[in-house]
Amino acid sequence: MSKVRVLVGTRKGAFILTSDAKREQWEVSGPHFAGWEIYHLKGSPADSNRLYASQTSGWFGQLIQRSDDGGKTWHQPGTPPGELPAPGPPKSASNKFVYDASDATGKQLTTHQWYDGTQHPWEFKRVWHLEPSLADPDTVYAGVEDAALFRSTDGGENWQELSGLRGHGTGPMWQPGAGGMCLHTIILDPGNSQRIWIAISAAGAFRTDDGGETWKPINRGLYSKYIPNPTAEVGHCVHHIAMNPARPGVLFMQKHWDVMRSNDAGESWQKISGNLPTDFGFVIDVHAHEPETVYVVPIKSDSEHYVHEGKLRVFRSRTGGNEWEPLTKGLPQSNCYVNVLRDAMAVDTLDKCGIYFGTSGGQVYASADAGDSWNPIVRDLPAVLSVEVQTIR
Amino acid sequence: MIRIILPPNLRTLAHTGAEVTLEVEAPLTLHSVLDALEARYPMLRGTIRDQVTQQRRPFLRFFACELDLSHEPPDSPLPEAVAYGSEPLIILGAIAGG
Repeated sequence: MSKVRVLVGTRKGAFILTSDAKREQWEVSGPHFAGWEIYHLKGSPADSNRLYASQTSGWFGQLIQRSDDGGKTWHQPGTPPGELPAPGPPKSASNKFVYDASDATGKQLTTHQWYDGTQHPWEFKRVWHLEPSLADPDTVYAGVEDAALFRSTDGGENWQELSGLRGHGTGPMWQPGAGGMCLHTIILDPGNSQRIWIAISAAGAFRTDDGGETWKPINRGLYSKYIPNPTAEVGHCVHHIAMNPARPGVLFMQKHWDVMRSNDAGESWQKISGNLPTDFGFVIDVHAHEPETVYVVPIKSDSEHYVHEGKLRVFRSRTGGNEWEPLTKGLPQSNCYVNVLRDAMAVDTLDKCGIYFGTSGGQVYASADAGDSWNPIVRDLPAVLSVEVQTIR
Repeated sequence: MIRIILPPNLRTLAHTGAEVTLEVEAPLTLHSVLDALEARYPMLRGTIRDQVTQQRRPFLRFFACELDLSHEPPDSPLPEAVAYGSEPLIILGAIAGG
């Protein structure tokens, strides 16, 4: 029988929520890595027992954790639990993220734009997003702050930067958003292993068609009134991008302001905010079986990071955008002032499609009927940073 | 035998109690003690010192014998009481945040 595993990253640890396909009764395990910020955890599509987690701390830096048993036990890749240390220098390099500035394979480390417009050195801070390969459990991509893309092909033990992105040439024009200059979205094309989309706040969206060697900005059609040139090639604060794997190339974007879509793999974008009460927001996702059904959670504004009118509403479009309906059944409709961050919504692949999201107030809501009704799985976790779902058959 | 007191989050990471003990060959310095600590507990590598620059993480401090050693050169000798094991080397996290 199918089951669902919801992976929740929070400000103070990770939680794993499991249920059968009915999605009515939930078992909660955690906190894993208690006290640490877990920016993101995600399971391998090729092996549901293989999970990766980004564990980070202002005190102790970045760590990568891996589970090979569906989240029951964890270890830092390269340091299996219980293994006696070998003679010689420590072998764990799983938290060693070094920008590749070598002459042979890398790109020169440049500066980027700082908040005040001056140039600032590129410095590694943390991993925002982990994206396991669609085919190989040992291959995983990491989107980091300051923005760059790394890849491991040995289960997270060693990381190499795909420096063609950072060294693409527009790096000195990239700038941090309020959360930092982060690469937060990584989408792998199921039909073309050479094609990857990524997004950076605040630089915009980029695509590679050669496995990460070279990249091009794909921001035509974006309009950002808060930058000197609103239609610039780079500089846009893209918050998140989502894609239905059955229809690669059709992309949906929640920008700082504006909800957008692209029908041509990002070559051009059209605004689809339509009748949304506000088109500021962070999350966006697509129904697993209906590629024109899209979900967003509108946030009041860029200075008031909470839901509009004190009502927690998911908006659904069944028409690929422009026409949106509020989904409210089971969600608080008064005095609610939570935020939903960019990686904190996910969908399962059951029928009916399940939708999940987590809030800054520590609630994780689930809908087992594609958004028609909602129930909290948990109400009182630490602030939720990310939500991912595994459908296990 | 050198005694080292770890901050709580690193105890969890290394699966230890508050205090760990290590045999460290002379000369006894912050550098040699942290090398030995990371060799015994590889999961701590990068959490106390940056993996590349070997710089102390800014929110961590080193104390021993009521002395702040945080800004001492890493190859300076540690106090004798630490070498004898009568006093621990304390790795302390700054009190900040929630």
